[in-house]
Amino acid sequence: MTQVSMTVNGKAVSGDVEGRTLLSSFLREHLSLTGTHVGCDTAQCGACVVHVNGEAVKSCNMLALEADGSEVGTIEGQANPDGSLNVIQQAFQDHHGLQCGFCTPGMVMSAAALLKENPRPTEAEVRKYLEGNLCRCTGYHNIVKAIMAASGQDVSSIAAE
Amino acid sequence: MPKDSGIGASSKRREDVRFLTGAGNYTDDINVHGQAYVHFLRSDIAHGRIKSVDTSAAENMPGVVKVFTGKDFEGVGGMPCGWEVTDRHGAPMQEPPHPILAQGKVRHVGDPIAAVVADSLEQARDAAEAIALDIEELPAVLDMKAAAQDGATLVHDDLKNNICYDWHLGEADNAKLDEVFANAAHVTTLDLVNNRLVANPMEPRVAVAEYKRGTDEYTLYTTSQNPHVIRLLMCAFVLGLPEHKVRVVAPDVGGGFGTKIFHYAEEAFCTFAAKACGRPVKWTASRSEAFMSDAQGRDHVSRIELALDADNNFVGLRTDTYANLGAYLSTFSSSVPTWLHGTLMAGNYKTPVIQVNVKAMFTNTVPVDAYRGAGRPEATFQLERVIDKAARELGVDPIALRRQNFITEFPYDTPVALTYDTGNYNGTMDKLEAAADLSGFAARRAESEANGKLRGLGINCYIEACGIAPSNIVGMLGARAGLYDAATVRVNATGSISVMVGAHSHGQGHETAFPQVVADMIGIDESMVEIVHGDTSKIPFGMGTYGSRSLAVCGSAMVKATEKVIDKAKKIAAHLLEASEADIELKDGQFTVAGTDKSVAWGDVTLTAYVPHNFPLEVEPGLEETAFYDPANFTFPAGAYACEVEVDPETGQVTIETFTAADDFGNIINPMIVDGQVHGGIGQGIGQALLENCAYDENGQLLSASFMDYAMPRADDLPFYGVDHSSQTPCTHNPLGVKGCGEAGAIGSPPAVVNAVLDALNSGGKTVDHIDMPVSPSRVWAALNS
Amino acid sequence: MYNFEFEKPSTIADAVAAMGGEEAQALGGGQTLIPTLKQRLAAPSSLVSLTGIPEMRGVCVEDDGSVSIGGATTHAAVAADAAGNYPALAALAGQIGDPAVRNRGTIGGSIANNDPAACYPAGALGSGATIVTNNRQISADDFFEGMFSTALEEGEIITSVRFPVPQAASYQKFLQPASRFALVGVFLARFADGVRVAVTGASEDGVFRWSEAEQALSKEFRPDALMDLRINAMNMIADLHGSKAYRAHLVSVMTKRAVEACM
Repeated sequence: MTQVSMTVNGKAVSGDVEGRTLLSSFLREHLSLTGTHVGCDTAQCGACVVHVNGEAVKSCNMLALEADGSEVGTIEGQANPDGSLNVIQQAFQDHHGLQCGFCTPGMVMSAAALLKENPRPTEAEVRKYLEGNLCRCTGYHNIVKAIMAASGQDVSSIAAE
Repeated sequence: MPKDSGIGASSKRREDVRFLTGAGNYTDDINVHGQAYVHFLRSDIAHGRIKSVDTSAAENMPGVVKVFTGKDFEGVGGMPCGWEVTDRHGAPMQEPPHPILAQGKVRHVGDPIAAVVADSLEQARDAAEAIALDIEELPAVLDMKAAAQDGATLVHDDLKNNICYDWHLGEADNAKLDEVFANAAHVTTLDLVNNRLVANPMEPRVAVAEYKRGTDEYTLYTTSQNPHVIRLLMCAFVLGLPEHKVRVVAPDVGGGFGTKIFHYAEEAFCTFAAKACGRPVKWTASRSEAFMSDAQGRDHVSRIELALDADNNFVGLRTDTYANLGAYLSTFSSSVPTWLHGTLMAGNYKTPVIQVNVKAMFTNTVPVDAYRGAGRPEATFQLERVIDKAARELGVDPIALRRQNFITEFPYDTPVALTYDTGNYNGTMDKLEAAADLSGFAARRAESEANGKLRGLGINCYIEACGIAPSNIVGMLGARAGLYDAATVRVNATGSISVMVGAHSHGQGHETAFPQVVADMIGIDESMVEIVHGDTSKIPFGMGTYGSRSLAVCGSAMVKATEKVIDKAKKIAAHLLEASEADIELKDGQFTVAGTDKSVAWGDVTLTAYVPHNFPLEVEPGLEETAFYDPANFTFPAGAYACEVEVDPETGQVTIETFTAADDFGNIINPMIVDGQVHGGIGQGIGQALLENCAYDENGQLLSASFMDYAMPRADDLPFYGVDHSSQTPCTHNPLGVKGCGEAGAIGSPPAVVNAVLDALNSGGKTVDHIDMPVSPSRVWAALNS
Repeated sequence: MYNFEFEKPSTIADAVAAMGGEEAQALGGGQTLIPTLKQRLAAPSSLVSLTGIPEMRGVCVEDDGSVSIGGATTHAAVAADAAGNYPALAALAGQIGDPAVRNRGTIGGSIANNDPAACYPAGALGSGATIVTNNRQISADDFFEGMFSTALEEGEIITSVRFPVPQAASYQKFLQPASRFALVGVFLARFADGVRVAVTGASEDGVFRWSEAEQALSKEFRPDALMDLRINAMNMIADLHGSKAYRAHLVSVMTKRAVEACM
């Protein structure tokens, strides 16, 4: 066992892990931050996306020890300080951008990374950016629409949500 | 003006807040103190005879609690099948045993042979590697037609052959049918494959079971669409436990699409092992494991023949299907190629004579069962592809050919056992033609051609039988369960309401839509009503969610229970208002004496129900009612879809340019949620049409065993969809007039996509009659260059 | 996963020392290695992370004009930082995996793994890059030795990859729809002294140069120059996603498109 320390959602945390412990396992099992989900084992589905030092990464495809000393952000830390939904989360609710909710944490974290990089993405740019995030419920329509709405664009001309 | 609350309002989903903040409670988020972990050692060959399973080394590995093999389950029941299909000669289907862990033989890659319970998952995996197997490999049975031949290798040695049943529906007189075809002006024949799919809800299956010795009680947390069904099957047929000692909880479930209906061996195993090990036992499927243990979908090979008269009226239809059931009968697998498939072969059309033949086959593959649409997509694909081919052969407009043959008078008795209560197929087609701007297609095609692309337009109509459905009918057809549902409406003293429902929400938004109905009926704010689901210790015995049934069946039960509550509340209000019960009206949460300004608020009546100081003596205190609802018929959502594709003739790449759906779902409670259901169904249907393919090699090895080879639709594979559900013919036999919307998209979209691709390919001067799904670039290129 | 020791040295020298251990394995971004470990298809006793070595990260331009990329530089960093000096290579990096994978995956990891459908081997071979390790320099032509096989010795670490910058270049990738690796990817680079064409995704022998196309295009750099060329389908990969003939056809189409993109 090796000690790992990091800042998660602004809070310093540490724990003893094995070499093979994944960041997703550390978050879910050691810190009980179960909002980060694991939907595959080949780094395809993106349900596990978190931010490490501000960048979106697949936490089920990164060793916990690799994140030693990092700033980690998870879905649990995304809401506004008063607990209300942030702009992206609110847009997902407003535009029905989620159904079963399982892929949603990864979608929100990827959307946040996209909008940081590209504050007003086109539809094509949103779709392209989401190539590492699978959703089986929504057919992506309302996810794309929600992300565009969160960027401040008028989405009223897009077919109904 | 759209409504802002109640029935017809696009109320925002309340469940979203927890999902958006990481506060959902999925089964894998549940950990029970002291839990051990199970790893299943699964067969890596498709077919083999087990000579020995030596677990002695594994048992002594670090952290190992107990190792189980098939022998440990010899006194235990196997996994049951919930639907007995009777074959064309009146004999019951062949029903082989399906043990929790393999006994005697392994029959598909992924068949569990042994299970190791250990302190940690990695220890369980380490120990599983130390199990010594001696398995004699046998030839794998894969090709369905070969498997049906006399002398074929048997998947199950004790059966007479690999045919589970040879089933028939519709016209029994072959001579009569032959005459119809002989006299037809035109016959169109088509051979096609409905590709095998993996449902792949984003949440893999999980089971956590605990056993309390002190009270002899079990709790199973599991990823299920129907916890009561799981409890019933597991207790009555598998483990022989009394139901009142078993609680099954399906908490937040990350998508189902059918594959979480079924009772799986892993659930029964964990429940059994929790007692045997004296510790809670947890199993979490990896995605790789899901690919070889979740029941898969579709996998039909069919020939369909359509006979038309000289005026292009459909006069006869015959289909012959081989349906793959995989190695074992999954819970409802037998019903899918029969009653959920054959009965839909009339589609939207008044074809007078129809014959459906289905041979259901055992093969050395993962079991196949219901996946979104379940049988109805297979029926629709055959029918709508053959109609499209007929239109091309006859040189007639595919929309006109469909319209000419639409059923227009209701109720309509089909030749394949259903009675459509209502519908308006020209109405949805009218909506489609407008919404999809079909008149502008020629210009769009010209523009694509100018860019070196082929453009195609594909049309499809569908009908589905949903709200599955009346118990007396399904019982006659072989169902071993009733298919009613139930709801308890519990009004609290201060007027808030908990509704305990048998339906289960795993993405459908019941927590939002169901309260809209109850709140609307009483005239209170939606936020005063909450839905409780997914826990057998809290909810009445309901059958769960599948077949687009939740609102049509469970919602109806909820309406009935709410009506009972209102009736009783009116008695109390009448007492308080010193008026006759018959004069009491309920509106906007106020009970009023008709024609007066005397009124009492909902909350005062509910408080009185629980503090019955001033109370009618003949009425029981409290305000809680339960209703069970068994529908009188299926519901029949229907619609018309249009897809436009572009094909890059150089690479064969198909892109979906537009997709438009016009559906008739009857009345609608929450349009936003309905649109979302249609979007999701279309996404999966396009996935089937263009991308998804669960394939085995000649040895029965799964080729598409992970997301690296099983192509899931991604955001950039799909367009924005046009969705219209303004053509509404309310269901005639349920109180809400609703029909169900969950499966429509997945049923209606694959033929639209394939028809569009073929339209594109044929526009280039090439004659291409058919391409099997998925219509991959490689297949399109081959078709263009054959 | 089998368990392993995890080491994260901060210098190349320490990394080389750590790699000297019995059954030590280098860990780049882990985007391929970690899924492999999850399937228990590898059992290293220790993983030596190369992501904490500053001298192995980043993109810079050498005196001779070539672009040098540290072995532990992520795909996202290459996509951003090489865009000015070698846009075709940056574009290639921007097409690998997905955004989250690009934030972790590294050029050294990709090249050392030499997946037959990976993008970087085509970029390196097509550019005539030099693979620089802790103890030598290997030309790309000598480096890639077939599917999942390279000239790297046990314990050897790719510290950087040096790319000569062509006059024009293009990477044309046709996606395998599930994995989003290349079903066929063609990296074409036009230098003053000739054209190089490297193909990934297509061959059972891994990345290769299509020499007939190179000769034809070196003579005459226009799409028509390829018209009569057909690549032999015999050694092509056939799988669920495409036949040998289809892959051979795609090699021609992607090469033609790369030429068009360079015009």
